[in-house]
Amino acid sequence: MKLALFADIHSNLEAITACLSHAKALGADRFAFLGDLVGYGADPVAVLDLIEEHAADGAVVVLGNHDAAALGRPDDTLSSHARLTIVWTQAQLGEKQRAFLAGLPLSVPDDDMLFVHASAAAPEQWIYITSLREAEDSIRAANTSYIFCGHVHEQKLFYMGADGHPLPFRPVPGTPIPTGKHRQWLAIVGSAGQPRDRNNKACYALADLERSRLTFFRIPYDFALAAHKVRSAGLPERIALRLERGA
Amino acid sequence: MQAFVPGSEVDGFRLGEVIHIGSMATIYRLTGSDGPLPLVMKIPRLGPGERAVNVIAFEQCRMVLGALPQSPHHPTLVTFGDVETTPYLVMEYIDGVRLDGWVHEAPVGADEIARLGSALALSLHDLHRQGVAHLDLKPTNVLYRTTGEAVLVDFGLAHHGYYPDLLAEELRYPVGNWVYMAPEQVVGIRCDPRSDIYALGAMLYQLATGRLPFGNPETKAQLRQRLYREPIPPRSVFPETPDWLQEIILHCLEIDARNRYASAAEVAFDLANPSQVTLTERASRGRRSKLAMLARRWLRSRNFEPAPCPPASDHTGPAPIILVAIAPGQVEDALFEALQDAARRLIAADDRCRIACVTAVPPAATLGGRRYEETATGRHIKHLVNLRRWAKPLQLAEERVTYHVLESDKPVAALVDYATMNDVDHVLMGGPKAGAPARLFPGVSAQVASLAPCSVTVVRSRAGN
Repeated sequence: MKLALFADIHSNLEAITACLSHAKALGADRFAFLGDLVGYGADPVAVLDLIEEHAADGAVVVLGNHDAAALGRPDDTLSSHARLTIVWTQAQLGEKQRAFLAGLPLSVPDDDMLFVHASAAAPEQWIYITSLREAEDSIRAANTSYIFCGHVHEQKLFYMGADGHPLPFRPVPGTPIPTGKHRQWLAIVGSAGQPRDRNNKACYALADLERSRLTFFRIPYDFALAAHKVRSAGLPERIALRLERGA
Repeated sequence: MQAFVPGSEVDGFRLGEVIHIGSMATIYRLTGSDGPLPLVMKIPRLGPGERAVNVIAFEQCRMVLGALPQSPHHPTLVTFGDVETTPYLVMEYIDGVRLDGWVHEAPVGADEIARLGSALALSLHDLHRQGVAHLDLKPTNVLYRTTGEAVLVDFGLAHHGYYPDLLAEELRYPVGNWVYMAPEQVVGIRCDPRSDIYALGAMLYQLATGRLPFGNPETKAQLRQRLYREPIPPRSVFPETPDWLQEIILHCLEIDARNRYASAAEVAFDLANPSQVTLTERASRGRRSKLAMLARRWLRSRNFEPAPCPPASDHTGPAPIILVAIAPGQVEDALFEALQDAARRLIAADDRCRIACVTAVPPAATLGGRRYEETATGRHIKHLVNLRRWAKPLQLAEERVTYHVLESDKPVAALVDYATMNDVDHVLMGGPKAGAPARLFPGVSAQVASLAPCSVTVVRSRAGN
């Protein structure tokens, strides 16, 4: 059983399509979309429809802060660029997409896994996991072997040490990491639709649940087309540049 | 808790004799109906009184060894048991002699040390190139196959740059063998392959002198001595130690990792070519640093700042060795200069690379000629002079260039063997001119290009020159 994990897709149809087809080629049969399905990018409707199709087949989908903002819930943390694209996104969404977003939970527990956009400690507060302290809080709150999340756009793996404190690890793309269930693991799978680490390849992760292995991937995709769509839609130039440069 | 005794069964495997009891695990031969199998089972020591690090080392060993491809330089991992229920590793049985056999007979002859040390350094380099640092090198963790190759065992404390370091949490006290531990490991750095070069130096020291470079530290304060003081120079302990060997040992045992050899391949190279070792102040050092210097270093050591770890393996290795093959008797013609230009470009691209100038010549007749130039020594020197003449315009520092005259009837085999033995990264050699008539048999450069274990650049002079 292989579970493909995508986060921070941000209305980037080209990126999520490339990641999905990569995962399916590797035998992925379960899918999880870890929030921030919309915002920034130019394809909110197509992306939401694609994810809704997967949800109908049993994929896990959780709500992100941009998705909540698109539903009109106030969010003071968003930048002015982000807010601008949220207003634009709201105008694009139809009743179907709004209803889909409105039905999304903040987190989904599943056996020894927990799916959440930000921190499991307080999903609705959209806490960025950038330090060991935040990672520890999330791991303790979830109390599962695995937490899969996004919100922070860079790929990172935290693992609980025997002394009860997590340790950080920066995964090497394409290298399967043995992630035994006797430990606790918090994986930030990285942004599929808006990478920001000066590498414009889309991020996702694939968990081999039977063999307890987790592999992080970086997938090249047609970022030029995605950036072109952003410009054509009249969205801020900064967002198109970010797709091109990955920063 | 299951009792593990010879004859008992673990997950369908039958345990044979105990072949090693370590502080963290016990190793058993496995047996089948016809006697011992070429396999061993390693079972971590768990239960009351045992340390928690044993099980973490088990996981780490499984992860690192599982990630390494098959190689003669480490045992192959065959299968493993679940860490929660029956932790064990089944690995290839290494039919070899442990290095501690030689240690008990130390001081060992310099030639023997060079042979053992260079084989060990090549194994280490093989490991380092794959992003792994062993970090627990000691004479019981090094075996020699009958073919002479060194095998590294016990990867429980190893670090693989591509995987989470499960031992990082154990930083509060330095894990590993305190006798051979590098200064940076003492302060908890676990990502530097040069720590292995330090441990290699400590073992060479022990082989050369019969003594340990820093004794057997029992307290953390004794362990920390190596952060500010060097060992007593080997020649002061055992005067028969050759100067080149002292140079190599003390170069490995530098306190700051940046001052050590940059790669294990360089150590292997120097051990395999003692006449080419550049002797520095280390070679003639007679005593440790003066008290005033020690006091200064001791003060500084309280805030010991280890060198930053080098970036994870990038396949080329930290200090590439470039072999330049010069045809015997090749003089200052266009090809001679074309080779110089090609070497210059490589040197400019990487300022750490080392150049080995090599020429393969037919063996001299034993009787020699009447004139000096015709004698074996005379011919040898003539070839060396030619190599030096080639390298001179490159203006390389003395320690970055070496000269070798290989005597062999088979120049191709001699060059390929040399490249293999010394873990050369790149061969640079002249080829036939463009437009030269096709030959029935491939020339030397074509054969070397097809047989060498590394990249080969065939240089030709521009047609018309």
